[in-house]
Amino acid sequence: MSDVALLPYADFLGIRIEGERDGAPLLVMPFSEGLLNLQGGIHGGAISGLLEIAATAAIDATLEEGEDPRSLFKPITVTVDFMRPGLPKDVYACGQVVRVGGRIANVAVSAWQDDPDRAIAAARMNLAITPPTEK
Amino acid sequence: MGATGLTYAILMPSGFDPAELLAQHKTGHIVALGLRFVASGDAWCEFAIDYDRRLVSDANSGILASGPIVSLMDTAAGFAVWAKRGGFKTQATLDLRLDYLRPSRPGHAVTGRAECYRLTRRIAFVRGLAHDGNPDDPIAHLTATYMVLKDEA
Repeated sequence: MSDVALLPYADFLGIRIEGERDGAPLLVMPFSEGLLNLQGGIHGGAISGLLEIAATAAIDATLEEGEDPRSLFKPITVTVDFMRPGLPKDVYACGQVVRVGGRIANVAVSAWQDDPDRAIAAARMNLAITPPTEK
Repeated sequence: MGATGLTYAILMPSGFDPAELLAQHKTGHIVALGLRFVASGDAWCEFAIDYDRRLVSDANSGILASGPIVSLMDTAAGFAVWAKRGGFKTQATLDLRLDYLRPSRPGHAVTGRAECYRLTRRIAFVRGLAHDGNPDDPIAHLTATYMVLKDEA
C-alpha cells in the first residue's frame, strides 16, 4: 500500500488515517459538534463525505509513487445506503477496491462506529480514470 | 369574510418554516459548512454554499470536493421532506445517489434545490439538482429516499 494524502476537505471534517485494514487505509472521523444534523445525529452528508474520502483513499493507495490521483480519478456517481443512525461519536470507514479497469474504477466502502460488522452506512462509488495522455 | 384569523390559519401553505428552524441552531454541520437557506415552497427547498478553499478536493485545481455537494443536497432534500410533511418531524435518510455531471467551477457558489415529489406513510421520495450559476447547466443530480418516522406524542 503506497502513502496516501487525503483531500483538503478531509481536514475540514477532521478525518485522518488511523491505520490499515485489509490492505486499504482505515479512516476515522472524530466526533465534533460541526458534524451534527438538526436531529442530534451525525449528518448524512458528513457520513457520505467520509465514505467518499475513504473510497478515494482506497483507490489512491493502488497507484505508483509520483502519480497524481486527483487528475487521474474523477467521481461519476456515489450511492449511499444508511443502515443505522449515526450516533454522536467517532465514525470509522474503509474502502475496498472492486475493480480498476481501463476507464472506470469501482469502489465499495462502509462506515461503522463501535463494531465493523455493524455498518451504519455503506456506499458504492464509480470513478472515471483519465489516462495521462488524454489530459 | 368573518373570522379572519381562522382563515389565515387555513391558508397557511405549510406549518414548516426553514428560516425559523435554522435560527434555533448556532452549531452543527449546516453552520460549519456555511450552508445558506435560499428559498422553499410546499414540497421543495433550496440551499447554497459559497466557495471555500477548505472544501476542495485538490489544492492545485481548486475544484470543490464532492462531499460538500452531498451535504448541500442531503440538507436541501431533508428540508424538502419537512416542507412536504408540514413540520420538523422525525425522519432519516434511507439512501441517496448523486451523479456528478461535471466539476463545479472554482470560485463559484453552488446552489442545490430538492423536491419531495412523493410522500407515503413510510417513505419520502426526493429528487434534486445542483448548479454553480446556471440552473440549465447542472453540476450534480440527486435521487434520495427518506424514512418517515412517527413522532412520539
